[in-house]
Amino acid sequence: MPILSVQGVSKRFGGLEALKDVSFALYEGQVKALIGPNGAGKTTLFNLISGMDRPSEGHIFFRDRDLGRLHPHQASGLGIGRTFQHSKVFDDMTVLDNVKVGRYGRGRAGIFSAFLSLPRHRREEREVREASLGALKRVGLQERGSEPAGNLPMGDRHLLEIARSLATEPRVLLLDEPAAGLNNEETEQLMGIVRRIRDEGVTILLVEHDMGFVMDISDEVVVLDYGKKIAEGPPLMIQNDEQVIRAYLGDDL
Amino acid sequence: MSLDQFLQYIFSGITNGSIYALTALGFTLIYNATDIINFAQGEFVMLGGLTAISLYEWGVPLPIACLGAVAIVALIGVIFELLAIRPLLSAGIITQIIVTVGASLALRTAAMIIWGREALPLPPLTGDTPIKVLGATILPQTLWVLGATLAIVVALQIFYKRTLTGKAVRACSVNPTAARLMGVSYSRVVLLSFGLSAAIAATGGVLIAPVSFMGYSSGALIGLKGFAACILGGLGNPAGAVAGGLILGILESLTVGFLPIQGSSGYKDAVAFLILLLVLFVKPQGLFGQRTMEKV
Amino acid sequence: MTAVTQVVEYVRRHAAFITFAVVVMAAPFFVHSTYYLSILAFTATRLMAALGLNLLMGQAGQISLGHAAFVAVGAYGSAIMTTRWALDPWLAMAIAALLAAAIAGVLGVPTLKLKGHYLAMATLGFGEIVFILLIQLKWLTSGSDGIVGIPALSIAGLDLGRPKAYHWIAWGVALVMFRMTLNLVDSRVGRSLKALHRAEIAASSLGVNTSFRKVQTFMVSAVFASIAGSFYVYYIHFISPDSFTITFSVILLTTVVIGGVGSVWGAVWGTLLMMFLPEYLKRFNQDYTNLTFGLLMIVIMIFLPGGLVSIGGAFNRVRRRLRRPDSARLEEG
Repeated sequence: MPILSVQGVSKRFGGLEALKDVSFALYEGQVKALIGPNGAGKTTLFNLISGMDRPSEGHIFFRDRDLGRLHPHQASGLGIGRTFQHSKVFDDMTVLDNVKVGRYGRGRAGIFSAFLSLPRHRREEREVREASLGALKRVGLQERGSEPAGNLPMGDRHLLEIARSLATEPRVLLLDEPAAGLNNEETEQLMGIVRRIRDEGVTILLVEHDMGFVMDISDEVVVLDYGKKIAEGPPLMIQNDEQVIRAYLGDDL
Repeated sequence: MSLDQFLQYIFSGITNGSIYALTALGFTLIYNATDIINFAQGEFVMLGGLTAISLYEWGVPLPIACLGAVAIVALIGVIFELLAIRPLLSAGIITQIIVTVGASLALRTAAMIIWGREALPLPPLTGDTPIKVLGATILPQTLWVLGATLAIVVALQIFYKRTLTGKAVRACSVNPTAARLMGVSYSRVVLLSFGLSAAIAATGGVLIAPVSFMGYSSGALIGLKGFAACILGGLGNPAGAVAGGLILGILESLTVGFLPIQGSSGYKDAVAFLILLLVLFVKPQGLFGQRTMEKV
Repeated sequence: MTAVTQVVEYVRRHAAFITFAVVVMAAPFFVHSTYYLSILAFTATRLMAALGLNLLMGQAGQISLGHAAFVAVGAYGSAIMTTRWALDPWLAMAIAALLAAAIAGVLGVPTLKLKGHYLAMATLGFGEIVFILLIQLKWLTSGSDGIVGIPALSIAGLDLGRPKAYHWIAWGVALVMFRMTLNLVDSRVGRSLKALHRAEIAASSLGVNTSFRKVQTFMVSAVFASIAGSFYVYYIHFISPDSFTITFSVILLTTVVIGGVGSVWGAVWGTLLMMFLPEYLKRFNQDYTNLTFGLLMIVIMIFLPGGLVSIGGAFNRVRRRLRRPDSARLEEG
């Protein structure tokens, strides 16, 4: 059974059809890329998978759970993590605190525990700190824990978002343009991190415009154009697909 | 209840409703230009009335006192924009709300210091002999209020659709960046909106003062009801604001008339807030809403 | 760690709070004027309400322009239950607080879906409705006449109405609330509030049930306000609707904003300023108090948006810029 199954999903915004009858499956341990020209519906699809919106038609299954009726925090609880295209890092919190928020779903200490500084709260705080530092290590930001997140350069902000999502212990990680604005060196570094995450057992679905990055790291690629799936397959096959090339006229492959 | 009584309630509802409509128009003007809700709008209504009262007391002929009051309050609106709004145009909404709330408190207290705690009277523009209409009576002042509201709505329509400045203002509300690129001065548009908005509010205050005396605290309630009218009609929609104001006034009046409770007039004020909450919870775009509302 | 080192470590970490607590609790020993003792008493209840609003605004990033209504629930709830039904004052306070929480819960669900000025206006509308009800429901609240003869608190027969005793119990509770709110900052729930304040979508993608947290915070802030109201009536033994106008809600808002929304200490500084500034202004004219508050709000928002608590930071930035203009510019990049 695929870990994530998109079945006949359409999404309409008023008169605009953002997604039309899109279907594909994501298998555990895969790295799958979602590509397509701007406006093709990729981020919309991410929003549907992470529970931020509902499909107009069709279903999205996480294993056997229909994600259609879930709120974002419930999708997160199931094991779906995501990063955002326009980095939504909490700027005036420290890097470490940002990641600590990611541990929210794994904790139980409620408002009373916090108010009264009960043992459960204090114990969990220690665990949260450790786990958060661990997540920062996985992306290489462990030295910058006490800096305000707003100070980080673009590339590190992406990494911070990834660390934050990793802290939620996701089974599936949706990466929305993780390589945006990165130079070659940083992109290499990111690739290494993504590979390591995949090796640690996280399934990855990513949206990306950097074709070199996509081709190097993905097992399979899904191509969207104007909300429709026009191709799916291994990177090499996609590179040579006529429809894909036409859709991308002007882009570099 | 007889038809006469019913009509009487309707007329009084329209009278108050017109003031809410004018206040709501003021809100809409500023909101359309800046996305700010001016919590001090009601205070401009109050200042209009009180300034006219003072001018009249100093011997200025009534019509000139009224016009003068409108001009003075418009100036206050402009000064307010320059001092309190302009520095914060790029700050968050909560900051802007807080500033206008602070201004509302300051203006209210200043009015209390200047004019005292009593509600003061102003003579009506053309006397107070009630006119008989369909078995009910209507004050001449009410006709002035209605006439002024109509005139202002028409004038605004002409302004927005026919004059260059008006189109510039509309452009700003639709797409400030594009408007700026076209050479429209955003800060001047905001300034104009505040001045105009204050003038409209003051007109309302000047016209309603003879009907229901104006005191330092009169503005607060009017402002809130004006906002309720805005929300009812659909925030951002000037016609909706006017409709909302009139509907609100009539509903208030009918509540007093129909509520089978002793002393129901005390509940009159609650009507606006109940409507406000109802609309916000059920249909935030209001009756004729156009702009999309931010909801989580 | 030995017990002694643990205590020393605790004191070091919470030095500011402990100093404040000690000074406040010791006040009756060196403040002898009953007038100033009563100001301090009102300061305690004002602080309770301010802490609640600070929690709502600062941590959860919401706004309430009708918080006077929840203070009224506590005040009138306590007044009615003790005078009409002869309930024990502590019990009345607890029931009123639960009532406030319930109202906040029911109101919060639809209201907290709104944002910005919609939220502000909805809370304002709610506050006004409560105010009107206080006046109109004469059979319950005695309307504008108010309620008299409200008893004082007592513990095991010890009358807590006397100035010193009241001071300690009221400030004791206020300090507990203060400590609790401070504890919340560095906690799972506290971080979730900060997160949902800054980027609600991101927070929910990290597992935070944002609607629940917002409503919960609203309820807690209502409970704080209610307790403040109860303590207030147990001190002055009288209550009338005049205390709960929108102006009072605005004063509470001003308190939190001037003190600084971003920090719990903001509630403390804001309350102290708002309670003692009028004493200073009295020399000129009492009427100027609210005018000053209104102007102060505007000025602070423009020049010191972080409120009084941010004076240190702002001061440092100015100092750096004055001392080494070139390197300071480099720093700020």
